[in-house]
Amino acid sequence: MQTLLHPLVLTTFFPLVGVAALLLVRPGSARASRWIALLTALITFGLSLWVLAAFQRGSADLQMAVNLPWLTIAGVEIRFFMAVDGLSILMVLLTAFLVPLAVLSTWTAVQEKVRGFMIAFLLLETGMLGVFLAQDLVLFYVFWEFTLIPMYFLIGIWGGERRVYAAVKFFLYTMAGSVLMLLALLFIGWQAGTFSLPELVAARGIFAGAQIWLFLAFGLAFAIKVPMWPLHSWLPDAHVEAPTAGSVILAGVLLKMGAYGFLRFNLPLFPQATKLLAPWMAAIGVVGILYGALVAYRQKDMKKLVAYSSVSHLGFVVLGIFALNQESVAGSILQMVNHGLSTGALFLIVGYLYERLHTRQMSAFGGVWKAAPLLGSVSLVVALSSMGLPGLNGFIGEFTILAGAFNSALPAARWLAGAATIGVILAAVYLLHWFEKIFLGPALKDEVKDMKDLHWREGFIIAPMLVLIFWIGLYPQPFFDLINPTVSRLLGLLP
Amino acid sequence: MLLSEVSLHDPVFRLAPLVIFLPLAGVILNLLIGRRLGELGAGLIACLAGAGAFAVSAALAFGLKSSPEGAIVLIWRWFQVGNLDLNWSLKVDTLSVTMMLVVSGVGTLIHIYATRYMHSDVRHHHEPGRYTRFFVFFNLFLAAMMVLVSADNFLMLFVGWEGVGLCSYLLIGFWFEGGEGGLGNARAAKKAFVVNRIGDFGLLIAIFIMLGAFGSLEFSRVFAAAPAVTATAPGVVLAITLFMLLGVTGKSAQLPLFVWLPDAMAGPTPVSALIHAATMVTAGVYLVARSQPLFVQAPLAADVVLWVGAITALFAGTIAVGQYDIKKVLAYSTISQLGFMVAAVGMGAVVAGMFHLITHAFFKALLFLAAGSVILALEEADHGHDLQDAQDMRVMGGLRSRLPVTFWTFLIGALALSGLVPLAGFFSKDEILVAAQQKSPAVFIILLAAAFLTAFYMARQVFLVFFGRPRSGAAEHARENPPLITVPLIALALLSIFGGVLNLPGVHTLEHWLEHSLNVTPAKFVLWIALVSLAVLAAAVTLAWLLYGRKPRATAREADPLAARLGGLYRALEARWKVDEFYSWLVVRPFERAAEFLSSIFDLKLINGLGDGLGALVQSLSTAASRIQNGFVRSYTLVFLVGVTAILAYLLLR
Repeated sequence: MQTLLHPLVLTTFFPLVGVAALLLVRPGSARASRWIALLTALITFGLSLWVLAAFQRGSADLQMAVNLPWLTIAGVEIRFFMAVDGLSILMVLLTAFLVPLAVLSTWTAVQEKVRGFMIAFLLLETGMLGVFLAQDLVLFYVFWEFTLIPMYFLIGIWGGERRVYAAVKFFLYTMAGSVLMLLALLFIGWQAGTFSLPELVAARGIFAGAQIWLFLAFGLAFAIKVPMWPLHSWLPDAHVEAPTAGSVILAGVLLKMGAYGFLRFNLPLFPQATKLLAPWMAAIGVVGILYGALVAYRQKDMKKLVAYSSVSHLGFVVLGIFALNQESVAGSILQMVNHGLSTGALFLIVGYLYERLHTRQMSAFGGVWKAAPLLGSVSLVVALSSMGLPGLNGFIGEFTILAGAFNSALPAARWLAGAATIGVILAAVYLLHWFEKIFLGPALKDEVKDMKDLHWREGFIIAPMLVLIFWIGLYPQPFFDLINPTVSRLLGLLP
Repeated sequence: MLLSEVSLHDPVFRLAPLVIFLPLAGVILNLLIGRRLGELGAGLIACLAGAGAFAVSAALAFGLKSSPEGAIVLIWRWFQVGNLDLNWSLKVDTLSVTMMLVVSGVGTLIHIYATRYMHSDVRHHHEPGRYTRFFVFFNLFLAAMMVLVSADNFLMLFVGWEGVGLCSYLLIGFWFEGGEGGLGNARAAKKAFVVNRIGDFGLLIAIFIMLGAFGSLEFSRVFAAAPAVTATAPGVVLAITLFMLLGVTGKSAQLPLFVWLPDAMAGPTPVSALIHAATMVTAGVYLVARSQPLFVQAPLAADVVLWVGAITALFAGTIAVGQYDIKKVLAYSTISQLGFMVAAVGMGAVVAGMFHLITHAFFKALLFLAAGSVILALEEADHGHDLQDAQDMRVMGGLRSRLPVTFWTFLIGALALSGLVPLAGFFSKDEILVAAQQKSPAVFIILLAAAFLTAFYMARQVFLVFFGRPRSGAAEHARENPPLITVPLIALALLSIFGGVLNLPGVHTLEHWLEHSLNVTPAKFVLWIALVSLAVLAAAVTLAWLLYGRKPRATAREADPLAARLGGLYRALEARWKVDEFYSWLVVRPFERAAEFLSSIFDLKLINGLGDGLGALVQSLSTAASRIQNGFVRSYTLVFLVGVTAILAYLLLR
């Protein structure tokens, strides 16, 4: 009982309470399902704030650990081990923050099989929270794979026209990476006789000989999830077909699991391999920045544009992680949050536009700012946040990453960071292009002229994101206070 | 630095953050209640926000009179991570307060003018509801500009730097459904933002290098360490200053990134006056002046700055000669005058550059506002709606008697810009010319030629717009605008007349004021240079009179008298040397093609195709494999038989 009331356990598994309640509801009752899901998600967010309140700032250690024996296989113990540090807590907060907003966004958008949708959504939340809190490799793997299933159904059942293709593609790409990770983690578990991450880090010398292969095996799973170029091609399809709420969570949280994985496992477990491969990883990150931006510019479907912009933005995160210094890694972690906010908000806006005109083709729009001034202004702020306008959140992340990378020990650091900085120009190109296509120019079509402005519920969903967009831009220090000690500890583990 | 460590010699310095927060309060108030208050209330809030910022700037200036060393005023800590340790804090010194005074002073006058101008403009566009939005953006610009000029570190400066760029974007595209094909204005706005971002790329790289070399972005620390860093690694400061110059060419519209400014004239005229003439575009000059200790360490970079400025001054001046749009002439003139300022700060004549920045803010704001007054009068007199383009100088003419206040103030602005003694422009330009003559004869000649062009195109403009007979019905019936328009014109005209007092030869008030923030070399007054520049002015005006004044253009259609005399050269000027076309060929189209190739061929066919192909391969393999399991017992038995035979054979023959 005590374990169940542990803040981390309670936060992670509370969505299951909502699932249980949903199972008691009549399958057809959409209203009740929505309210149960929303309430559950809100309470989970409250619980995550409780974790934050109990979290000791300034400490780099794992905190609030719950560590219990679970199973023993072939003499190696698998433990139910959860704990939180500066890296985890931000991801937990981001997840618990975005899920209720995503649930709210389905209020009118999802009309069929609402109960099933909500069950899948809450299961997904438990899976994601577990990923960010697990400190045992097997437990982590269970949560990691578990997130696949509800997301598969969210795309495959509530998605667009090519939903089955997209869902299968999403599943297969991710699975392909995960299988190698499973082999690698079983290997190191048996070698070291434990699956507990802190113990493995202490014993990492045992499997140091194979660490390049291990880095690559773990890294492939994470790289697909991020997604790093050229493993990204599942993402545009998944986004295009996923319902709005699914896209918000996919971009906002699921992609972060990849970047999180690099920081949580590859850096501390395989330090020499990390150092050795960092230049390549950083270079691929830079390719992703430029490539994603160029391809995003040519998209005609809004969701694809935002999807490719994610490839570009997460390239910054990868560059920051593998530039391996305090500024760049801390910037990457903050940028994970920033991307969740601004890209999440972009997908919401795309959803709003879709609900109005029932198309995502940019050519169908034009002049929307005139018909819907508030929607236009909010979208502009979100686009500016995404393109890293100083004073908003994206700038802080990108600047710290680039400033760190520029002065890092990477070979050709200045060239890499300089090329990445070109991505800042390109972001303005594709985002202003999008804004112009949708919102500027004369409103010629009748559907656009009669378009409704932001509904209060839509505004209510996006308002908390806007608050954070400004907050992180103007006063990011509280976030860095959480991140800095953990980053120092992580970097201290490198040779 | 903590707030407690900052010694505030004068408590008035504590007011400094208000220069940002007052305009910001205007933004928020107008966002919340502006539309309910109506035009009068919204306009009043915006003007009061500007005037309040001016009052605070003036108070700071008085504070500096008693304690000229100034102060650093912390607002709050921004963020700390690794080597990065940044504050939101203001540098109050004579240089920043000078900029604050210009921005809020000229800015407030333009705000007042805009309350009336936008009243007509929103009606002209049938969008009366958009009045408040204009003042929200206008106040936001003031706030961002104040961040830029008051920052005490390079990153906060960068916030203001891109912030004013955003406001520029918003205001160029203010009539976002207007312009060519309904998208012209939106495109102009995007062009301005993207071209500026190319410049900002340079500034960002400069900041990154600075961070690595100095471990700080605070002005005081960077500048203090500059000589030591140069002694050990001379290339570092050179690289910083050259990358910084890229930012300057973007924001201050210099070669090669000047192309956005002429298009920016798509914004309403008060925007052109405030942002694209008087204040924002001078940010690059301010940046070089502020970073003087760095440029001193990198003489090569300073020379590049000098040459970029000088060549731009001449180049833009030639284009201005061939334009018919009343605002485009002024736009190219602005680029040219910014070239004078950039050249001045590049040659180390920082005070002269700042002096010209101030006087230019007066007379160029005046010229734009007076041009706006002309446009407004034409639009309001255009009852038959037969005017194609109210900015085309060919449909004007004869407005001298019809718009007397506008005419006289415009004339004062034009003469001040051309450098007639004793108007403001004479003194500031003279200081630059004297410094140029000492620096290099080539630069002196180039700037003198640019000055000749300045006087020529301004005289051409005055003759075309105000003299001769009206060449359209609208010009015929144009009437002078109300006092909300004309009073700011008169105020700016007075400033343009007396602005030279700021730094008169022999007195040098501005020089002694700025020497607390900058390293100044005392300016000299050289009589022969003053006389030469006056002779150049006289020659240019005479030539313009011969071409445009003696026998004024009679109809809107006829060709420019220069066109017959200069032929192809004139057509090149008219076509702005085809720079836009060149950039389109060099940058825009290759970019589009690369993006198209990557997205529709490389990404779709190759990367996506590989994934799908792998899937298809697995599928066909499994289809093949599943054929074996066909449900016929006969074939299973056959396989069984073959297997058993093979195993037996193996066992027997082993």
